[in-house]
This record gives sequence, structure tokens and C-alpha cells, in this order.
Amino acid sequence: METIVQNIQGVPLNHYILFCSIIFTIGVIGVLTRRNVIIIMMSVELMLNAVNLLLTAFSAHSGDPAGQVFVFFIMALAAAEVAVGLAIIVMVYRNTRSVDINALNRLRG
Amino acid sequence: MSVFYFVAFLSIFFALMTIFTKNPVHSVLYLVITFFTFTIHYILLNAQFLAVVNFIVYMGAIMVLFLFVLMLLNLNKDTEPLKSNLVKFMGVVAGACLLLTVAGSLRLMEVSNPIVLKNPDIGLVGSLGKVLFSDFLLPFEISSILLLTAMVGAVLLAKNESKKA
Repeated sequence: METIVQNIQGVPLNHYILFCSIIFTIGVIGVLTRRNVIIIMMSVELMLNAVNLLLTAFSAHSGDPAGQVFVFFIMALAAAEVAVGLAIIVMVYRNTRSVDINALNRLRG
Repeated sequence: MSVFYFVAFLSIFFALMTIFTKNPVHSVLYLVITFFTFTIHYILLNAQFLAVVNFIVYMGAIMVLFLFVLMLLNLNKDTEPLKSNLVKFMGVVAGACLLLTVAGSLRLMEVSNPIVLKNPDIGLVGSLGKVLFSDFLLPFEISSILLLTAMVGAVLLAKNESKKA
């Protein structure tokens, strides 16, 4: 426990910001370049996790537990979002027999 | 200190593999490994409650849900039609622009002081629970309504269609 606490000492906050923005960018690239709806939702999860980690790092940096409580709320929100999103994907697949994002073009009416 | 950089490298590597793997099932498995490295990050920050919640909720529940849907729709082969190379290139360029903007704005700041855990037991279950049930009691109750709404919505969405078909 003490060694774990000592292990993190010395990592600058800037490196956390840089690391989380790299992960967030990977998520954005995934949303922009893939066509499978499920993989697009996974990229959104990746972005949510990057933000969660950055919130936790700032919370540990400033000694305020409110940031970690907020991460807890974001996780509850992500669970709800995934449940509804996957239900929508299953319904779209039943109607169109594909999970291609272009199949949703017909929503344009 | 070097543990952080090693785990950060692993997270970036597996996140890239998640995006660029053709097979969706392999993609889900790489994402599980990425979330595991995030759990290690939480442990390194001594946020033990978040580490456990991340482990159970993300790796246990959400990823199993993704895997279930993939298997249910029988998509475990690479049937995905690829986007044109131009769209892929534009996507990567847009992402690189975002990263460059953030990194460039970081350069304006001086090297920040390293993270020092002033209050090491901030992320333990006890102290977080005290904050959650005193300051954040109303949002906590409202989030239960959110979860109930999501559950009702998911059941309705999935059930309605099967009755018709």
C-alpha cells in the first residue's frame, strides 16, 4: 500500500493530460473511420474512460473527493447508455439485417 | 513512476488494436484488456473504489453485454464493408488535428508539479461513501431513476419487435 502510493509520486499532471487526450483521440478516430455500429459504440466507451481517468487524476491532485464521485456517476450513466444503445442496435439489425452505419440513412425520411 | 509510463504505453497500444482490428470479437477482447490497464491506473492513483467499480461494471458487465450482442447477431466474422481510403485518411487527419491542438495548448503551461497524494485515503470506500451520502445524496437517488428508465427502455425496445415478427 505504501509502495503503491510512493509509486505514483513524481508523475507530472501534464503527462496525465497528454495520455488521456491520446486515448480520447484514438476514440474519435475509431468513430470516424469504422462503419460497424458496435465498434463505434466501443470507441465512445473508450472516450468516456479517458475522461474518467483524467477526472480521477485531477481529483487526486487537488485532494477533493468530489471528482471521484463524479466518475462514479459517469459510470452509471455509461451503463444505462450501453443498455439502451445495444437494444437499439438489435432492433435495427432485425429490421435491416446489418449493423452497417449506412443502413441508418433511411432515418432521413 | 516508471510503472505509469509502462501501463500508459500498454493502454495506448491496446486501444489502437481495438480500433484497427478487423474482427469485431477480437476488437471487444482488446477493449477488455484496455479497460484492465485503466483499472491498474486507478490503483496507481490509490482510487480503490473506482478501480473495483471499473473492474466489475466495465469489464464484467458492459463488455459481456457487447460480446453477447456480437454473438447474438452472429457477427463474429469480418463482414464489415470497409470505408473508402479517403474517408479513413480524413478521419485520421481530423483526430491528429484534435491531438495537436490539445498538445500545443499543453506546451503553454509550464511543467506542472507532480501529483502528490496529499490525502492518500481520498479514494477509499469509506471516505467516498461519506461524501456520496451527504453532499451528493440527491444526484445519487436520481441516478437510480436513470437506471430504471434505461432498463424499461431496453426491455421495451427489445421486446416490442419480437412480438410483431
